[in-house]
Amino acid sequence: MAEEVKSPAPTPPEGETKPTAEKPAAAAPPVAPAKPAAPAKPAGPVPLPWTSPLVEKYRNQYGSGIEALTYLGQNYLNVDRSLIPDLLRLLRDQEQFDYCVDITAVHYPKREKQFDVVWILYSFPRNERMRVKTQIADGASIPSSVDIWATTNWLEREAYDMFGIQFDGHPDLKRILLPDGWKGHPLRKDYGILQQDKEWVQINLGIESGQ
Amino acid sequence: MSDQTVRDKSDVSSQALSRVESSHHDHSHLHLEAPEKPYLDSNELIINMGPQHPATHGVLRVILKLDGEKVLGTECVIGYLHRGVEKIGENRTYTMFNPYVDRMDYVAAVSNGLGYCEAVEKLMNVEAPARAKYIRVILTELNRIASHQLWLGTHALDIGAMTPLFYTFRDREEILKIFEKYCGARLTTHAFRIGGCQYETYAGFEKEVKNFLTFVAPKIDEYEELLTTNRIWLERTKNVGVISGDDCVALGVTGPVLRASGVKWDLRKAQPYAAYSEFDFEIPTGENGDTYDRYLVRMAEMRQSLRIIEQAVNGIPEGPIMGKVPKVIKPPVGEIYHSIEAPKGELGYFIVSDGSTQPYRLRVRPPSFVNLQALDVMVRGLLVADVIAVIGTLDIVLGEVDR
Repeated sequence: MAEEVKSPAPTPPEGETKPTAEKPAAAAPPVAPAKPAAPAKPAGPVPLPWTSPLVEKYRNQYGSGIEALTYLGQNYLNVDRSLIPDLLRLLRDQEQFDYCVDITAVHYPKREKQFDVVWILYSFPRNERMRVKTQIADGASIPSSVDIWATTNWLEREAYDMFGIQFDGHPDLKRILLPDGWKGHPLRKDYGILQQDKEWVQINLGIESGQ
Repeated sequence: MSDQTVRDKSDVSSQALSRVESSHHDHSHLHLEAPEKPYLDSNELIINMGPQHPATHGVLRVILKLDGEKVLGTECVIGYLHRGVEKIGENRTYTMFNPYVDRMDYVAAVSNGLGYCEAVEKLMNVEAPARAKYIRVILTELNRIASHQLWLGTHALDIGAMTPLFYTFRDREEILKIFEKYCGARLTTHAFRIGGCQYETYAGFEKEVKNFLTFVAPKIDEYEELLTTNRIWLERTKNVGVISGDDCVALGVTGPVLRASGVKWDLRKAQPYAAYSEFDFEIPTGENGDTYDRYLVRMAEMRQSLRIIEQAVNGIPEGPIMGKVPKVIKPPVGEIYHSIEAPKGELGYFIVSDGSTQPYRLRVRPPSFVNLQALDVMVRGLLVADVIAVIGTLDIVLGEVDR
C-alpha cells in the first residue's frame, strides 16, 4: 500500500505533459487561466469573502487558519489541515451539519500541496450547505471522519482508491471500485485516460490490453 | 436461490473460481472464528451472493457471514461496472460529456441529465427558460414513475410475486413511448442540453401526457391491490430491513429510504430547482423505516409525480426552450456543487472549472452508492432471503454505484 502511494511521486514532470498532449484543443484557448484557485480573469464572477456568525465564531477560535469564501451563492471554508478533525466535529455538534453529502478530492500536480480534499456538508435543521476544503501534499495523510459521519466510510475509500489519499484512523481503508492489487490512482492528473494497469489486465483477464 | 448462493468451497469445481474467491476472502474484513466445538457449532460460514445473481440487480457481490440462515455480517464488493465516468468527464468537453451521465442510473437517465445540465448552467451562471424548465419537470417526473415502476416489478419478483412485473413493464412502456417520440431514445435519452432543451415538444405531446395520467392512475391502484394487503407480501416486508431516521442521516441515506424512516426531506422542496417551487405536491413519509413502508412511500411518490405532471402540463408556458448559452461551453474559473432529487436520492455534481472547455474535475455524488452502504446495518440478524428483499428495497442501480 505504502509503495503504491509513493510510486507516482517521481513521475509528475513526465506525466503532466500527457493530458495536455491528449487535448491540444483545450490547451489552445487564448485566455489560458493560470491557477483554478486564483481570482478569476475579467470574465466570470470572483469568490467573495463570506461573513456569517458561524465564520466569526470559528475565526475567533482558530484565527487565520480559516478563509471563508462564497462563490455563486455557495459557501465554503478553506481551512488549514491541522484543524481538520476538530473543525468537522464542531460543525456537526455545534452547527448541526449532520449530513456529510460527499468527500472528494481534486488534484493539482503543479502545486506544492497537490491535493484539495473537499467535504460537502448539509444541515437538515438549517437547510444549508457548505463545503470545507483543505490542502495536503502528496503522500501526506488526513484524519478520517468515519467516527463523525458513518457515511464517510465508503467515500473515503473511494478517495483513497482514486487519488491515493491516506485517511488515518479509517477502519478498513482499501480499494473499493478498482480491484485489489491495481496499481496507480486513476483520478490523478498524471494518470492518462488510456493508461491502465497492463499487468493486472494480463494476469486477470488473460489479454494484452483492455483497450 | 440457496442453491446458487450457498456455495461451499468443496463444491467449487473450477479452479479459477476458487482462486478468485480465496483471494477476495483474504481481503475481506469478515473472518470466521475458529469453532470451539467443531461438530455442533460449525454452522458459521462465509458465502458469496453474486455477482452473477439475478436478485442482485446487476453485478453486486455480497459476501455474507452466516450462522445457519441468520446473517451475521455482510461486505459488498462493487466496481464490476466501473467505467471511470469521472475520468472520462475530465477528458471530454462539457457538451460531449452530457450523454455519458445517462449511463450511470440508466433507468432514470432523464434525472441524471437534469442534474448535470443544471450544474453546468449554475457554473456558467445562466438559467434555462421557463418553458424548458417545465418540459424538464414533465419528463423528469415521468422518469421517476418509470423508475419506481421498474423497481416495483423487480423488487416484487425478487420476493416471489411475479404478476406486478408484467403490469409495471406494460405501463412503463407508455412512458418510454413518450420519451421515444420526444427525443428518439427510450432509455439513455440525452433529453436535455446545457441551457435548456434541444427539442421542442412534438405535436400532441400535451395530449399524450394527459392521456397517460388518466391511464396510469388506476394502474397504480391495481399494483396496490395486488400487494398492499397481500398476506405473503406483508410477511416478507413488514419489519424487514428496519433502519431509523438517525441512522439514515448518519449513513447519508437519501431518497425514499430516508423518507420511509420518517424524515420529511425532499430536495424538490428543501432547495427547489427547475420549476418545482411552482407546483403543489406533498412529501410522503413512512413511520417504521421497514421494507413495507418504503414500498408505500414509493407508491405515494408515483401519485405525487402524477400531480406534478398534471400541473406542469396544464401550465406549460410559451417561449424559447434554449437559454443564452454560447456554442462553445466555457464556464469561468470556479467550482460548484449542485444536486437534485433523483428517484433514488440525492444526485449531486461537483464540478471544478479551470476556464477551459473541459471540466478540471467532475465528481458525481451517486445516491445508489451511498445508500448501498446501509445494507449492512439493515440486514444484520435477518435471514438470507431477507437480504434479497433489502437489496431490492434499497433500489440501487449498479451502473450508478460503480460509475
